[in-house]
Amino acid sequence: MAGLAPAAGRKRSPYPSWFYLPAAIVYAVLFLVPTVTSFYFSLTRWSIFDSQFIGFDNYVTFFREPALVSGLWHTVVYAVITSGLKVVLGLGLAVLLTSQIIGRGYLRSVVFFPVLVSTIGVGLTFTILLDPEEGLINESLSLIGIQGPGWLTDPSFALFSVALVDVWKGVGLATLIYIAGIVSIPQEYFEAARVDGATAWQNFRSIVLPLARPATFTVILLSLIGGLRSFDLIWAMTRGGPGFTSDVIASVIYKQYQAGFYGLSTAGNVVLFLLVTAIIFPLSRYLNKKEVDL
Amino acid sequence: MTRRHTPRIAIAVFSAATLALGACSAGSLGSSDDEGSGGSKVALSFLTDNQPETVKIAEGLAADFTAKNPDITIKVETRPQGTEGDNIVKTRLSTGDMTDIFMYNSGSLMQALAPQKNLTALDDFAGQLDDNFKKAVGSDGKIYGVPFGNYMAGAILYNKEVYDKNGLKVPTTWDEFQANNAKLKAAGVDPVIQTYGETWTSQLFILGDYHNVEAATPGWADQYTKNQAKYATTPAAKAGFDHLQQVHDAGYVNKDFASAKLTDGLNKLAKGQGAQYPILSAMVSQLIADNPGSENKIGLFAIPGADAAKNGLTVWAPNGLYIPSSTTGDKLEAAKKFAGFVASPDGCASMGKASTPTGPYAVTGCKLPDSVPQAVKDMQTYIDKQGASSLALEFLSPVKGPALEQICVEVGSGIRKADAAAKLYDEDVKKQAQQLGLEGW
Repeated sequence: MAGLAPAAGRKRSPYPSWFYLPAAIVYAVLFLVPTVTSFYFSLTRWSIFDSQFIGFDNYVTFFREPALVSGLWHTVVYAVITSGLKVVLGLGLAVLLTSQIIGRGYLRSVVFFPVLVSTIGVGLTFTILLDPEEGLINESLSLIGIQGPGWLTDPSFALFSVALVDVWKGVGLATLIYIAGIVSIPQEYFEAARVDGATAWQNFRSIVLPLARPATFTVILLSLIGGLRSFDLIWAMTRGGPGFTSDVIASVIYKQYQAGFYGLSTAGNVVLFLLVTAIIFPLSRYLNKKEVDL
Repeated sequence: MTRRHTPRIAIAVFSAATLALGACSAGSLGSSDDEGSGGSKVALSFLTDNQPETVKIAEGLAADFTAKNPDITIKVETRPQGTEGDNIVKTRLSTGDMTDIFMYNSGSLMQALAPQKNLTALDDFAGQLDDNFKKAVGSDGKIYGVPFGNYMAGAILYNKEVYDKNGLKVPTTWDEFQANNAKLKAAGVDPVIQTYGETWTSQLFILGDYHNVEAATPGWADQYTKNQAKYATTPAAKAGFDHLQQVHDAGYVNKDFASAKLTDGLNKLAKGQGAQYPILSAMVSQLIADNPGSENKIGLFAIPGADAAKNGLTVWAPNGLYIPSSTTGDKLEAAKKFAGFVASPDGCASMGKASTPTGPYAVTGCKLPDSVPQAVKDMQTYIDKQGASSLALEFLSPVKGPALEQICVEVGSGIRKADAAAKLYDEDVKKQAQQLGLEGW
């Protein structure tokens, strides 16, 4: 065994290590240096040209920010709603679209289509559709005698309306991942189930659901990360409004940046980075472990 | 082939002329050396915001200036308004990528650009400018901008026909204003128009109330800058938030206040669906452009306060035109020449031609034409009367919190109460004051 070690070592690096240099330089300049400097600038009061070291004051200010506490909560609510709905709807649509229905290929592309459209475009379109007075949705509702709410202007609806639009736009990707997961389940299981006389529900419950678990994990992870750092759709539709009622952590940070509080917004980004890591890292470890157990 | 010779000939002519003139010319700024600049064409870039009336004015100025100075051409570029525009201006300044000339707010927003570092002083034109404007673009005894546009007021525009029909009088106290609102509501007209589809329009009851604050507690702005006075603890200052809440609680606002935009608000007012709209007076030009024939239908009154005797108008200085320190050499000379043109009666005439003037000019020797809209005449009445107008807080103190728009939307939509909002805003301004490095924060 001892004699094998050097051979393995030589095998591991067939190229001289300076071959790594170009990639290392690009990585360092574009990723490492900005990351490290942003940690530094988050400790300063940073205006257009100069910066003044102020220790952890930015973090103190940031956590005192009244919009932040509600923003954090909104972020979590938004991430959980979008992620949950994408899992449920994505799975349902995937089951439908892997069954023998007419126009399957067409329906698959229809479901996937919103993923390809620009988020800002989707946001602006839905802002017009959801207008409380002249929007198509409320006008249609009023035809059947329902007075629709101010989807984006009523504080208790705004965040949910945006989350639903996010689901509409993102469910195609979840469906695609699920379709891939379901199609890769070996047919033998279904044949065996048919021999045993299993119903469709039993098929779903005992074959599709457990064997599509890797797809579920991927969808949960991707949509949760997307939900936690979501910004563009919210900004296009409500700008965090009315007031601060649909502010998420990313829009709070953006507003600090707009106001010229560069140090403060950098501190906010460090917080966002830590938050996403704190939620996703253990979750990903946990889900991956489950996958190995399977 | 002949084209290739032209620059060389031009250079020869230019250098000969420079040599010839070198002995006698004092090299004074702004004097047009026609022979000297015969061959050197200068193209300037000019960044302005994308509000239609602003673009008209900028393009008018550029065209009229080039007509007089054929060697200098100016290309107008646009940027978004509001905080997004602030961001662009700051980023371009800090990367040295700013256009040769740019238009931007005066007052506290301009102070946040660190003028000593980023802008070229324009003291040569100080003699042509009015004192209030010099305050608004001054820093450490130097001035950095020339006025682009007119003075405007943060006040209430009202529909005179609706007022006459309901037999109402212009209110001078808040109680009279509320009494008017009650009558208007009973008559089936929306008493107060609010348009939170564009959040900045929500701030007028607070920002436009500053004359009343200053009248009740003279010198408030200084104390405010020194962190000695607060919105939450000064009753006169907090009144603005209270007013916003009262108007909402009494149901005096239009039904679609949460989603309506500025244009909707102006059209409602012009059509008489709404009676009163607290907004910047400069918006009158857009109202008239969109609703021809309403010049004399729309009047203006100052936001009423507690005391009728002290009621007066809160006035905004015009935006400024600035030259960044990244503009140098020939371009700087040309840019200064352009600034000189803008700060002259010719410049005022050019602006007035491009867009209906909506308030007095800040350049000495510029007069408003006789045919100004009624709202501008009403505004002039306040300005002409001694002690009936003051500059807005943002020109007297660099402290302005970035979240005021959102806070006002919350109060005006009934999400947050006035007391809590005033406290929250006091917290918000703290960040701005610390960022500017002011003492006492």
